[in-house]
Amino acid sequence: MIDHLPALQVVIPLIAAPLSALFRPGRAVWGLAMAASGLSLLIAILLLRQVLEQGVISYPMGNWPAPWGIEYRVDAANAFMLLIVSMIGTVVIAFARTVVEQRIRLPEHKQPWFYTAYLLCLTGLLGMIVTGDAFNVFVFLEISSLSSYVLISLGRDRRALTAAYQYLIMGTIGATFILIGIGLLYVMTGTLNMMDLAARIPAVSGTRTIRAAFAFLTVGVSLKLALFPLHLWLPNAYAYAPSPVTAFLAATATKVAIYVLLRFFFTIFGAEFSFNVMELDRILLPLALIGIFSASVVAIFQTNVKRMLAYSSVAQIGYMILGVSLVSVTGLTSTLSHLFNHALMKGTLFMALGCISFRIGAASLDRMAGVGRVMPWTMGAFVIGGLSLIGAPLTAGFVSKWYLILGALERGWWPVAALVLLTSLLAVIYLWRVVEVAYFKPAPERPVREAPLALLIPTWTLALANLYFGMETSLNAGVARRAAETLLGVAP
Amino acid sequence: MIEGLNPAWLLICGALLTPLLPRGIVRNGFMLALPVLGLIQLWGLPHGQYAQFELFNMTLITLRVDSLSFIFAVAFLIAAALAVVYAWHLDDDLQQVAGLFYPGAALGVVLAGDLMTLFIFWELAAISSVFLIWARRTERAYRAGLRYLLIQVGSGVLLLAGVIVHFRASGSITFEHLDLGSPGAPLIFLAFGIKAAFPLLHNWLQDAYPEATVTGTVVLSAFTTKMAIYALARGFAGVEILITIGVVMAMFPIFFAVIENDLRRVLAYSMNNQLGFMVVGIGIGTPLALDGAAAHAFADILFKALLFMSMGAVLLRTGTVKGSELGGLYKSMPLTAGLCMVGAASISAFPLFSAFATKSLILDAAAREGHWVAFLFLLFASAGVFHHAGIKIPYFAFFAHDSGIRCPEAPRNMLIAMGIAAVLCIGIGVFPEALYAILPYSVDFDPYTTTHVITQLQLLAWSALAFSVLVRSGIYPPELRSVNLDFDWAYRKLLPAVAVRVWDGLDRAWTCLTDTVERQVKAVIQFLSLHHGLHGQLAVTWPTGSMVLWAVLLLGACLVFYYV
Repeated sequence: MIDHLPALQVVIPLIAAPLSALFRPGRAVWGLAMAASGLSLLIAILLLRQVLEQGVISYPMGNWPAPWGIEYRVDAANAFMLLIVSMIGTVVIAFARTVVEQRIRLPEHKQPWFYTAYLLCLTGLLGMIVTGDAFNVFVFLEISSLSSYVLISLGRDRRALTAAYQYLIMGTIGATFILIGIGLLYVMTGTLNMMDLAARIPAVSGTRTIRAAFAFLTVGVSLKLALFPLHLWLPNAYAYAPSPVTAFLAATATKVAIYVLLRFFFTIFGAEFSFNVMELDRILLPLALIGIFSASVVAIFQTNVKRMLAYSSVAQIGYMILGVSLVSVTGLTSTLSHLFNHALMKGTLFMALGCISFRIGAASLDRMAGVGRVMPWTMGAFVIGGLSLIGAPLTAGFVSKWYLILGALERGWWPVAALVLLTSLLAVIYLWRVVEVAYFKPAPERPVREAPLALLIPTWTLALANLYFGMETSLNAGVARRAAETLLGVAP
Repeated sequence: MIEGLNPAWLLICGALLTPLLPRGIVRNGFMLALPVLGLIQLWGLPHGQYAQFELFNMTLITLRVDSLSFIFAVAFLIAAALAVVYAWHLDDDLQQVAGLFYPGAALGVVLAGDLMTLFIFWELAAISSVFLIWARRTERAYRAGLRYLLIQVGSGVLLLAGVIVHFRASGSITFEHLDLGSPGAPLIFLAFGIKAAFPLLHNWLQDAYPEATVTGTVVLSAFTTKMAIYALARGFAGVEILITIGVVMAMFPIFFAVIENDLRRVLAYSMNNQLGFMVVGIGIGTPLALDGAAAHAFADILFKALLFMSMGAVLLRTGTVKGSELGGLYKSMPLTAGLCMVGAASISAFPLFSAFATKSLILDAAAREGHWVAFLFLLFASAGVFHHAGIKIPYFAFFAHDSGIRCPEAPRNMLIAMGIAAVLCIGIGVFPEALYAILPYSVDFDPYTTTHVITQLQLLAWSALAFSVLVRSGIYPPELRSVNLDFDWAYRKLLPAVAVRVWDGLDRAWTCLTDTVERQVKAVIQFLSLHHGLHGQLAVTWPTGSMVLWAVLLLGACLVFYYV
């Protein structure tokens, strides 16, 4: 059993997905989805422990040995990612039940299909992470993307449909680019296995085909991870999707795309080729910096809080890419750490917003006046998530900002370090606008109650995780560092 | 006494529990117990470092008790206890929580053994203190609070930036003496300077403190600036430039204090002036001077609290602290008037009152080290203190012309708090040895030499004379009723007038500068909102085609970049 964990990681949600379509609406189907994602989380924890103790796990699918069959390969980096995705997946599904029952544009008898799509999305994301096969990445990418288009279109606002459509177009283009990139690599090397690719590429790395593959992969992955200026699909998709979907996608989907970027450029192409020969960092760095600044400023002017946070996500992705473009252990540590921390903070914020829109019907600033007084617990979680987003000490967000600034200083990039601090202040401004409205404006006249416990408990779980991982940093700093060392190939 | 328990956490956690307790005697008792227990806990802790733990790759020392942090911690706990008693009559959760949380955070600052812990408590103090301003619940207070918060948090960000750079360069995060030339140190220095209200960085103090609630100002006055003094004494003792900064700090507020009408704002100015003395002491940096700075901070916390308390009582009873509207209150509030005068005598350094025993340390140190210019300026500043804080405050509030206001005496709890503060002020003045015993370097010093006493009395007498003359001749600013100017006295008016003019000029230049900056900032914001605003290009929903165009453009750019 324990040997099959890498396969089970994907298989369990994959089986649970069609199963849940057979259920009647109600708690049973939710229980199934909960159990499936809970098991994924358990498996992810076991895998991470195993990897940290024994090193890389290689699992040949169907007993076909590595270069020919599909290999699942788990090292510190993707074990860490598996943990993030399955953890958020589990917490959000706990949050989703109440919202699905009352707030989704689906007739009641079709509600189980929500869980099908959700679990498929989870399957796809986990599969992209766990696999050691480049083509397999594309397959799982499509699974997760297609299901996420469905999930986004379920939002109550009709604009969710156009948002999902735009995401579909852009996501498909991104996936196609990735496929073209993988295809070109296959043409040149005759293999799809990542480790095999890594071994064979250096022999042909001078060719134009490899360079073209590199370009297609750069743009394709950047589209999926919403790097500025390819982020345009993201704000609406996040703003109009149902709140659990937003929380889930914001905390995982773009993160997995960043993981794919790391995998391709650090493991397959190798840091030396990607950054010294191709100088990928020269493209990533300016885009990351512009993205951080521009998206933060846009967020300041937004009146729809969900859209504000979506723009803030674009900025946060900029921080992660900035960490990548530092090409150092510290920089990568900050990226990986921020993958984890950002999942916690955005998960908290979007779920808290979900609680608010569950009670008042919308998440626009003018409707949120005085909400802090009638929904103290919800806003409490929001404030904690916000502090973490700003990077206040003793919250998780501080850890990644710390490494990012250290990394920038290591390279001697003072202005970059200063910009990181400055843009944190921009985050203070846009979050302050919410806090000001929620606490300093008179309370709404119509009666508004605190969100139900079924929503509050998952929200607060993540909120407390923000505090816990701000102080106990062996996971989001220690393991992240090991994962960074693995990716850079300097692992002990 | 619990081994290794930080008294700061005692206050902070206790503050958070406060709203859960039933109002009235139980809650009040609990709130008073916290600082008292904290004091017992602090007293029981042997000097040393406690509660160390690892935060990623740094060693945090969250609790360090040594002779320098000890005296500040004691003063903070006494001030916290006094503030609780003073606020006993209040029925406001917000102020009660903030009124304990904030002192707790400030306590954390002085007990922090490393820069990261220092920064965390630094920010906690900033954020918790603003609620004491907002608790007044007026639009004006809200605005003032926001401005205050912006500057305080800005100081924190500077501190953090400095700490990171310092950590990068030195690999150490312990909070010890910092070399101003080393990387990161100037940022830290600036962060401390903001909180210590260095000249030109001081405006937040006069802006925000008088806007806080009656009790809020009392609490605010004790901590933020003093923890900055502590941080300077720890990190930058003996840095020459501090002497100059301190002298300017001690000098310039005098003129503003003289023309200011809001008596709480007068006290805010006089706070600048007192901080100047301490900063000079730190700049001199000898054991005697540092002892003087610490001792003066200790005394200042008490007498400034006493003065703010008395003005708070006046504000509570009459609804105003405008010098021009008050007067003759000694008939209605005789006890408050008496206690206020004890505070006034203390701040003016009358022999047998606290500042006399503490300020002489600094003056003496300046003289011993040959800083004669600084010494003379400080002498002048001492006279100025007496003028605006020692005489003006009690005179305009309680005497002067009778305003006709008749009100009840201050509430009993306020009187008790003021009484205790007054006893401590006199106690320090009469038995300075007790305070000297807990000074960081425990120097041997006797303030009651004939020279000291005579010098000080002369200074005070002449200052009093000047005030009487100015008031009698009607030149004194807020009471311009009968102007009968004789040429003899013209220069007495001329001198302050010229000084005020000069400062006015500087002030106007400064305003002009800030206005220009403000206009530029507005232009930038407008520009940003054009493109990033709700309907700006960067924020609107784009047609799918344009999104694809971007993708293709980027692909083209990448291909070109990679091929070339």
